[in-house]
Amino acid sequence: MKSFTQIDGLVAPMDRANVDTDMIIPKNFLKSIKRSGFGKNLFDELRYMDEGLPDQDCSHRPLNPDFPLNFPRYQDAQVLLARENFGCGSSREHAPWALDDYGFRCVIAPSFADIFYNNSFKNGLLPLILPAEVVDQLFAEMYANEGYRLHVDLAAQTVTTPSGESFSFEIDEFRKHCMLNGLDDIGLTLQEADAIRAFEEKAKQTTPWVFGMIKA
Amino acid sequence: MAGKTLYDKLWEAHLVQNRDDGSALIYIDRHIVHEVTSPQAFEGLRLAGRPLWRADSILATPDHNVPTTLSERAKGVDGIEDSVSKIQVQTLDDNCDEFGVVEYKINDARQGIVHVIGPESGACLPGMTIVCGDSHTATNGALGALAHGIGTSEVEHVMATQCLVAKKMKNLLIKVDGTLGKGVSAKDVVLAIIAKIGTAGGTGFAMEFGGQVFRDMSMEGRMTVCNMAIEAGARAGMVAVDDKTIEYVKGRDFAPKGEQWDQAETYWRTLVSDDDAVFDKVVEINGSEILPQVSWGTSPEMVLPVNASVPEPQLESDPVKKSSIERALSYMGLQGGQAITDIKVDRVFIGSCTNSRIEDIRQAAEVAKGRKVADSVIQAMVVPGSGQVKAQAEAEGLDKILVEAGFEWREPGCSMCLAMNADKLGNGEHCASTSNRNFEGRQGYGGRTHLVSPAMAAAAAIAGHFVDVREF
Ligand code: SF4
Repeated sequence: MKSFTQIDGLVAPMDRANVDTDMIIPKNFLKSIKRSGFGKNLFDELRYMDEGLPDQDCSHRPLNPDFPLNFPRYQDAQVLLARENFGCGSSREHAPWALDDYGFRCVIAPSFADIFYNNSFKNGLLPLILPAEVVDQLFAEMYANEGYRLHVDLAAQTVTTPSGESFSFEIDEFRKHCMLNGLDDIGLTLQEADAIRAFEEKAKQTTPWVFGMIKA
Repeated sequence: MAGKTLYDKLWEAHLVQNRDDGSALIYIDRHIVHEVTSPQAFEGLRLAGRPLWRADSILATPDHNVPTTLSERAKGVDGIEDSVSKIQVQTLDDNCDEFGVVEYKINDARQGIVHVIGPESGACLPGMTIVCGDSHTATNGALGALAHGIGTSEVEHVMATQCLVAKKMKNLLIKVDGTLGKGVSAKDVVLAIIAKIGTAGGTGFAMEFGGQVFRDMSMEGRMTVCNMAIEAGARAGMVAVDDKTIEYVKGRDFAPKGEQWDQAETYWRTLVSDDDAVFDKVVEINGSEILPQVSWGTSPEMVLPVNASVPEPQLESDPVKKSSIERALSYMGLQGGQAITDIKVDRVFIGSCTNSRIEDIRQAAEVAKGRKVADSVIQAMVVPGSGQVKAQAEAEGLDKILVEAGFEWREPGCSMCLAMNADKLGNGEHCASTSNRNFEGRQGYGGRTHLVSPAMAAAAAIAGHFVDVREF
């Protein structure tokens, strides 16, 4: 997994509540069997004026001039500022893959949907929760200042604005540790293989019907 | 000490060990796999040289991409015209063969939508922890199981370790008492719940559905309700085990038999929340007051009783809500204040893991019987959730009733629920759909989805616009 320590990133807006994963990456693009290459179709239906197709060259498609990510001032943004319940809907991990592939390293919102939140950590994309008033303030500052950047420091758990104002955020210790060090979850869990095997032996006695039923 | 909730019991029974940081390792009994969210997981295992921890925990089937017309279906994988879909289905076949996973392939009589075949085959049983790389896995919670959707990295994690790293959620009880009125179904109940608590109302919670309405409800109705727990933000929804649960499971392909059955039944009967269990939050709804529901907007919480009118944004004081109503109305091509029953439908879709089981097809056929789909409706399709549902419906003659009324009778799959195959809405078309998501573009680019029950969808197909099925 990609590690995340700190970034100083340009901020772009996704100024609506309940952004769902169908919106982040529409289903047309879920047909891929790869993990990469979804960035050009991030927010496809909002970003382009035509219907997107998988494996298409997007460089000549008509862009929606009203969609912020198409504005020159937000090009190369690394921080996405968003509203409540970001990432609701389907469990598709293609959503964080698309955000990451596009170049985002961090999404800031007052709240996230559970599955998206989880999936993001597995992909080095930091979902960062700040209180709604703070998010309001960041939106206002971002709109008022072209080139608005935020400094996100995971170790210190802080987000710092250009004026030096700093906000701290909460994060689970284990997730923080994995993300700072780019650790692979599976490798870590396999260190507990003995405990898993012991559990399994016990379960074979108490719930034997769980085992061995589905066989080729 | 306070009693335990059903969720507490399921959690404790699967706890491998707690970690120092407050997370825990949870043992996973059953893993259901489909073609969209698994290729990258199998690839990850292959690259790391990791085997499956327990191949006999997995059941796979393709559902999202499979065509639903008989002509295209007849030729199996090779017959899939969309080359990208074909690769995905083929990749699932190849991965299952390579890793020794049991798969109901495209033309297996037992193939179907993952969340339909899980309970139907008995692969998913009460008391199990069940995962699938799909958010509607919560459907299986109807069995009194802990079932939830996971992402692809977690799919790979479960394949390699048989465990999930999780944090215990909080307990939420949705209590619906009273008796449902005539023409009001499980779908209306769950839509009314989401309308009440919102799409984030269940975030961070495991949601138990309790109360008289769920005790009276059939197993299939309970599945419809649990299916949409995720639309209320909860990763897992569940209903306590009772006689109906036991009756439902008995005799299914992968259900225990003989002595093991007795042992299982005894255990399953304990899977109810204790009387003195404490929930972190309780929401109570009077079931007798629930009317048939129709969604008007682009989020499953934007839903109203059929006799209501579409909201008027100028009456909303909260600016964020106001703008989301405006955006939804503009996407949906509706006017604030317009009666729901004035909304015309262009297509009708009866299917999806929410409403494609035999009872759903029966309800649709009952409304369709002896009537005709309106001329103004371009297409009305019924897509059974599995090969077994299809066979059962045909044995009951339901397919004939529907076809005579002008509905198309299709092969099983996800179909127009998310339009990854050829079944989709045209730009700007309104659809009465029994699926679970009305997000922008969900059923096709520019498509406008209205979520309803199977009976309401069938009635809309016949009238050409939404109607109150109770008066139909
Ligand atoms: S029917 Fe729809 S919601 Fe259900 S699994 Fe298929 S695509 Fe997902």
